[in-house]
Amino acid sequence: MQEYNFAYLDEQTKRMIRRAILKGLAVPGYQVPFASREMPMPYGWGTGGVQVSAAVLMPEDVMKVIDQGADDTTNAVSIRKFFERTAGVDTTERTSDADVIQTRHRIPEEALREDQILVYQVPIPEPLRFLEPRETETRKMHALEEYGLMHVKLYEDIARNGAIATAYAYPVRVEGRYVMDPSPIPKFDNPKLEMAAIQLFGAGREQRIYALPPYCNVVSLDFEDYPFEASKADHACDLCGCETSYLDEVIVDDAGGRMFVCSDTDFCRGRRAAGHIGVQGTPFEEDAA
Amino acid sequence: MIQIENLSKQFVLHNQGDAVIPVMEGASLTVKPGECVALIGASGAGKSTLMRMIYGNYLANGGTIRVGGVDVASAEPREILALRREVLGYVSQFLRVVPRVPTLDVVAEPLLAVGVDIDVARNRARDLLAQLNIPERLWALSPTTFSGGEQQRVNIARGFAHEFPAMLLDEPTASLDAVNREVVLRLIEQAKARGAAIVGIFHDEAARDRVCDRQVDVTGFTPGLAA
Amino acid sequence: MTPLFQVKSLSKFYGNRIGCKDVSFDLYPGEVMGIVGESGSGKSTLLNCLAGHLEPDTGEVLFNTRTDGLRDTVTMSEPERRMLGRTDWAFVHQHARDGLRMGVSAGGNVGERLMAVGARNYGAIREQAIDWLGRVEIAEDRVDDRPSAFSGGMQQRLQIARNLVTGPRLVFMDEPTGGLDVSVQARLLDLLRGLVREMGLSAIIVTHDLAVVRLLADRLMVMKDGHVVETGLTDQVLDDPQHGYTQLLVSSVLQV
Repeated sequence: MQEYNFAYLDEQTKRMIRRAILKGLAVPGYQVPFASREMPMPYGWGTGGVQVSAAVLMPEDVMKVIDQGADDTTNAVSIRKFFERTAGVDTTERTSDADVIQTRHRIPEEALREDQILVYQVPIPEPLRFLEPRETETRKMHALEEYGLMHVKLYEDIARNGAIATAYAYPVRVEGRYVMDPSPIPKFDNPKLEMAAIQLFGAGREQRIYALPPYCNVVSLDFEDYPFEASKADHACDLCGCETSYLDEVIVDDAGGRMFVCSDTDFCRGRRAAGHIGVQGTPFEEDAA
Repeated sequence: MIQIENLSKQFVLHNQGDAVIPVMEGASLTVKPGECVALIGASGAGKSTLMRMIYGNYLANGGTIRVGGVDVASAEPREILALRREVLGYVSQFLRVVPRVPTLDVVAEPLLAVGVDIDVARNRARDLLAQLNIPERLWALSPTTFSGGEQQRVNIARGFAHEFPAMLLDEPTASLDAVNREVVLRLIEQAKARGAAIVGIFHDEAARDRVCDRQVDVTGFTPGLAA
Repeated sequence: MTPLFQVKSLSKFYGNRIGCKDVSFDLYPGEVMGIVGESGSGKSTLLNCLAGHLEPDTGEVLFNTRTDGLRDTVTMSEPERRMLGRTDWAFVHQHARDGLRMGVSAGGNVGERLMAVGARNYGAIREQAIDWLGRVEIAEDRVDDRPSAFSGGMQQRLQIARNLVTGPRLVFMDEPTGGLDVSVQARLLDLLRGLVREMGLSAIIVTHDLAVVRLLADRLMVMKDGHVVETGLTDQVLDDPQHGYTQLLVSSVLQV
């Protein structure tokens, strides 16, 4: 039986995707159309991110995949296995050990380095889509920098909820030019978009790739009197005690019992290994989980 | 102030076999500031037609109509609009207004149109409405619901709100009671005294004799009727 | 005096059919011009060519811009034309739903043009939106309601507020009172007249309703089969029509 080509995609396709990535990096925030391929997984399961990862992956790279911050959820596990099988690369759960990190809906807590690449899975790349359904019109709006509509969305938010209630996929303006959907990351992560690593965004079904080069200027949209706020649950992690990380709320029984834990599992494990303990935590033992 | 020379007018009815109906020929008339000229002639002789041509409402086919330096017969619409706003007033028998606008504002509007301050304009409107015996409780209502006589008086108040240098009056005293008729005649006399040139149609002979300096029989301008 | 808007020999063809042909006119600041004619006379085609929604085949559409004087809007770049459309120009559609965002609150609809030109203070935007709702007689407590909850007349008034909030100098209106009850029409006309005078607006109103132009328009242009058959002062055209078609149009109006 013949083996898969390295990382599943054929070399011509990877070249096509790399060209789209390079254009995306050259024009930060601009959505580059690309010929998205059929992947052996359904749309909505990260086909865009997988194609981008496949195009940037080298045989010597170490890969990490997270889903909502966790390494151990279905989506993360199956994509990790996909690359183990088709590319034969090493995988890791440690953020600092990874060369390429594919993510769904989170940015790792630990600051990324210049030699790392963060690949996002994007469901709907067009930030203007919910207010303007016509693709021809949204393209024109981007081309002409007509972004008033984006603020209409935030205005509606405040009018309805008394504050900007948009909690994820919070729109940003890149390098003072393109308005971009940072994919459904919590707005808590928005300030981290200005980082050292390369960030690539892939939308498989919508056939778009866009990118943020390192240290790119990224501003979350807001009003003067309703400034952007990176919010999180007002709590500390119950396992590691961290007060600054983004938290998941977990229901633990039928009696309303709940706990808050770091959404970034690797970050939480690292803290516990270093001896931090939250109110419901137990002393850390390797391979305990 | 008003100078009409060799004016002619015909109606062409395109949908009735292109019938051509000449209604005026060789009409000439001059009205000086402070002068009031009455148009007379039998019904259908063309008194109203002439008035409407002076106002730019009917198109002239030949001749000139100079009002304060503008030839109405050849002017651009915007020149005629400016003329109507600032120079040439017209008091017709019928009130034509947008429903819902209060009477006070209907009367003040010609003043607002020439840039008079709204308070000054409303004061002038109040004064005129009071003079013409329109009860104060009606001022805030739209005149569209008023009786015919009240509507006519509102129309007169509106016509005299701005001090036009030239005025056209179409039966200003018709169907008014003695008291209001006297008010209107005084308004006309005041306008003359400040130098307004006035052309009017008066069926009320006593009124005509009192305010008009001359009479012009338009029958002389009517093709086929001229002696 | 420079005209605000100047149209020179404008023509638009649909294949061999004439949309409108050889239309020229000047519009001065503060003037309201009505374009009347029956369905298919080319009046909507003309309006869309004037407002930049359709590209004319020949002719010029000059607008007296604030910075550069008279500019041909047909040949100016698209960003400039669209900028005009958000600032100095306004377009009131016959159907309010074509001119409103039905999923966005009344306040958001009015505020959109402000945000489009850079307003970034929520409180100030909302204040202006409420002020404009008041000017078109929509109660303040409706500011967060969606237009789908409004009556037809209210939707139309909201559309007008949304268009006028940036203080445009030229407003295009396509049958603004079409499809409304007579009493609602009267209210809208009164409102438009007041706004036109207060703001010194110039307007071009396309309609087939002669009563509407008599109340709103200073001047009239009568169209038939894509051609302008008569122009003039509104009351002159209506009271002393010269062209056979205009005479027919005027005499066909039912008296009440």
